[in-house]
Amino acid sequence: MIIDGSEGDLKRFLDDLPPVDQVGADARAAMLATRSIKTTSKAWAIDMAISMVDLTTLEGADTPGKVKALCAKAVRPDPTDLTVPSVGAICVYNDMVKIAREELDLIGGRKIPVAAVSTAFPSGRASIEVKKQDTQDALNAGASEIDMVIDRGAFLSGKIGKVFEEIKIVKDICGEKAHLKVIFETGELVTYDNVRKASYLAMLAGADFIKTSTGKVNPAATAPVVLVMLEAVRDYFALTGIKIGVKPAGGIKTTKDAIKQLVLVNETAGSDWLNPSLFRIGASSLLNDLLMQRMKLRTGHYASANYVTID
Amino acid sequence: MSRIDVNKTYKLFIGGAFPRSESGRVYEVKGANKKFIANPAMASRKDLRESVVAAKSAFHGWANATAFNRGQVLYRIAEIMQGRSEQFVEEICALEGVSNKAAKSQVEETIDTWVWYSGWCDKLSAISGSLNQVSGPFYNFTTPEPLGVVAVFAENKPSLLGAVRTLAPVISSGNTAILIASEKYPLPAITLSEVLATSDLPSGVVNVLTGKISELASWIASHMEIDGVDVAGLSKSEEEELKLHGADNLKRVFRFTNRNHPERILSFMEQKTVWHPIGI
Amino acid sequence: MSDFEYANAPESKAIAKISQSYDLFIGGKFIKPKKGKSFNTINPATEEVLAKIAYADELDIDIAVSHAKLAYTKVWSKLPAKERGKYLYRIARILQERAREFAVVETLDNGKPIRESRDTDIPLAAAHFFYHAGWADKLEYAGLGNKPKSLGVVGQIIPWNFPLLMLAWKIAPALATGNTVVLKPAETTPLTALLFAEVCQQAGLPDGVVNIVTGDGITGAALVNHPDINKIAFTGSTEVGKSIARSISATKKSATLELGGKAANIVFEDAAVDEAVEGIVNGIFFNQGHVCCAGSRLLLQENIMDEVLEKLKKRMSLIRVGDPMDKNTDLGAINSLEQLRRIKDLASTGDSEGANRWSPECKLPTKGYWFAPTIFTGVSQSHRIAREEIFGPVLSVLTFRTPAEAIEKANNTMYGLSAGIWSDKGSKILWAAKQLKAGVIWSNTFNKFDPASPFGGYKESGWGREGGRHGLAGYLTSDAKVSK
Repeated sequence: MIIDGSEGDLKRFLDDLPPVDQVGADARAAMLATRSIKTTSKAWAIDMAISMVDLTTLEGADTPGKVKALCAKAVRPDPTDLTVPSVGAICVYNDMVKIAREELDLIGGRKIPVAAVSTAFPSGRASIEVKKQDTQDALNAGASEIDMVIDRGAFLSGKIGKVFEEIKIVKDICGEKAHLKVIFETGELVTYDNVRKASYLAMLAGADFIKTSTGKVNPAATAPVVLVMLEAVRDYFALTGIKIGVKPAGGIKTTKDAIKQLVLVNETAGSDWLNPSLFRIGASSLLNDLLMQRMKLRTGHYASANYVTID
Repeated sequence: MSRIDVNKTYKLFIGGAFPRSESGRVYEVKGANKKFIANPAMASRKDLRESVVAAKSAFHGWANATAFNRGQVLYRIAEIMQGRSEQFVEEICALEGVSNKAAKSQVEETIDTWVWYSGWCDKLSAISGSLNQVSGPFYNFTTPEPLGVVAVFAENKPSLLGAVRTLAPVISSGNTAILIASEKYPLPAITLSEVLATSDLPSGVVNVLTGKISELASWIASHMEIDGVDVAGLSKSEEEELKLHGADNLKRVFRFTNRNHPERILSFMEQKTVWHPIGI
Repeated sequence: MSDFEYANAPESKAIAKISQSYDLFIGGKFIKPKKGKSFNTINPATEEVLAKIAYADELDIDIAVSHAKLAYTKVWSKLPAKERGKYLYRIARILQERAREFAVVETLDNGKPIRESRDTDIPLAAAHFFYHAGWADKLEYAGLGNKPKSLGVVGQIIPWNFPLLMLAWKIAPALATGNTVVLKPAETTPLTALLFAEVCQQAGLPDGVVNIVTGDGITGAALVNHPDINKIAFTGSTEVGKSIARSISATKKSATLELGGKAANIVFEDAAVDEAVEGIVNGIFFNQGHVCCAGSRLLLQENIMDEVLEKLKKRMSLIRVGDPMDKNTDLGAINSLEQLRRIKDLASTGDSEGANRWSPECKLPTKGYWFAPTIFTGVSQSHRIAREEIFGPVLSVLTFRTPAEAIEKANNTMYGLSAGIWSDKGSKILWAAKQLKAGVIWSNTFNKFDPASPFGGYKESGWGREGGRHGLAGYLTSDAKVSK
């Protein structure tokens, strides 16, 4: 055990982490954004990115129809080209899990997991009882991935023991049934020092993935934030031998954005993380841009949005 | 029978002490009336070396003293000189053969020079430093810092003022100095060292050598621990020679006009630029 | 799962129109050298000849200086300052317009990665002209006297590590302050200076205000010793800097000298380690370590040595070495065979003096001049690799126990150009910045440059500053000094 589980010990551990210099981290992320990814490596990266997409709809207006359409897209992103891989997962609200699961099973997407946002998403402002029930509901409905939010209020007011405990409790409920992704809402944690601390806190509490944002707050998955999280999983692996996944979510809209994320992964955590089991991208509109760029690479012509489906 | 005067032995001033030259050498100084006045020391290469050691070891403390503190010390020198004006006037008259009035005015100007440079000590960053607007999230400032050990060759005349207007600017910034007194009129500089010893100036900040300028100049030129030289008291050819050999450690060598000027301080300072990111 | 290999991403050479041969740029025109001699400039990444370059000797220098003098007395010194500034603005703009072309030519001639010439050298060169353009008609507010005057004809000699950027550092302040220029680029990297001559023509700069003479050290010496030169501005080795100081000792010429360095990059135990590692890499591997202010001595607090070295080695194995024209290359070619030999020789003293050499695995191209990124651990102050400027991608790692010891080791050198500090504690940073004897202190960053930021060294790293308000002083008369 790295820590004994007490809040004091956790605090000591987090305070001992090296600080992050914001300007330096920004500069490193900006430098990596200048990498020029062409031809074969671009084709490889596009398919990899598609297979990493957590295709997401998280709206009050979500309906069974909308969710089913998304499932179709997830299984066969481009119905005219069956060489396009399926996406990494479908990500929906709790009450849509069952619909998504059944639809995926029905249309040949048995292997695509359904992720449920949980624990009073997106604010996390509810009692632990509600959060437990929320998680259990999702699992009962067939979710195999739980995207929980941390209590940012508790984190920012120094009650990191509470944040830690909640993650542990949710992890216990997930057990072997589901992967746990822990969402920080980095736009509310603000500093990279906080992002690094939250990363370690979540990993120590049992997260399988650490995730930047809910998609409801800006800024979301900025390159330097993802850089700091990738450094954390890299160093945590060196410390424990355990590989934790990373999921940027929010603001990644274009193929260029996605490839920049893959470059960050490649040159920070390393190529082991270039894998949907260790890196996911939470997105919705990104998928179509990836598909259009894929067409462009294949045909040599700029693609039209009319040729990709809008779901 | 009139009383016999007790004459002063004019010695060197090194590290706060008043030694004779280790070489045992002296030379004769005569007054304007051609009469013998004194046998000041003729400093040797070893005396120079000791002075550099003293100046070097005094540097850290003096350079790191607050500018306010240095200003007070320089002002204190002026105060003490004021009290000993008569002695300086007598020496100047005897040596330079000028009128009492002219000597007095030289002494007064010298005291005012100390006061003037005293006031500069804590304003150097303000006039010479800068906050630089670089394009990026960086706080970037430039500030002058003292150079190190500076040798100053006092002009022959005016014998006291010439020494102080080279010396005061150099030490006001935090440098330590080796003052090479005028060969012909060395006595006021030696008496000045007695003032310095009784002001609050830390030992070694100023060291005063008397002797043969041409000898001292060539030793100073090649001394690798001397960082800068004010060549006021050197001839053109001595200056050229000193620059030639001073290039071995890229000494900063300057000659100034007679005006008091902050550039006399800043020329013996280095500008340091510091970058730091601005972030949270 | 296959690795994410980056396919080649070569910058197009088509934009660079390099002529087969170049003449001297004197009096606004390209003219042949009197004796018709020439030398070749090559691409150090491929050893291919890029162009034949005119060789200027004493006779040619004399012609160039006389044109510069004529341009000074007849035109440039009479031009209103405001108009002078507008020429500099024009030059800045044309450099921006032709930035890609300059970047490509710079990379071909120098061997530096296109990413650096594109993102650093050329934009900064343009920025220098833009910055100094604004000073031209504001010199009386620069705090350098009420009516600061220009000096006359300035002889400028620049190195091969940042060819166009060093040209900009020299020419921009010289012109802004009203001087005219004879500039000699480095023997191995003359092309962007000759391209710059075309920029002067496009900008309509009066003939003779800028003259570019190409050649070697003998050409440079002829420039230094020409009686009508009023000031020398030199960037290069401390050895040559000292010989220039000797050459002008009996003249009225003044000089600014930007010379060598052996910068300490100090990492304290409380540093932001990941950013410090980036700073260490940027400090020594930027521009193949061909940087006078490179952070070539890493001083690590002993209690974090293992952690930092482990991360540093991991990071170094990500450095992409190879074709400088590839946009993903991080470390390009060594500029010349001569420099490669010097790096190899000094590195081998590291081996023989008992330090431990480490380089990541990397495939070096077979043609051209290459040196893998290298660190030496177990280095002590007395090793040659800790004292001498290697000017290559070679880092010496030393340790310290207390802040005072770090400063003592950092200052234990004849150089004093730059230093780095990595710490999260503000008061410690300011303390260290104050103690370090160096002209540029980078705290929690390294190798940052800006036209507004004065640059230059303490001790044997040089005389004077370049850039910022302070850089103007070297090109203007002084109120208080004699014989300037």
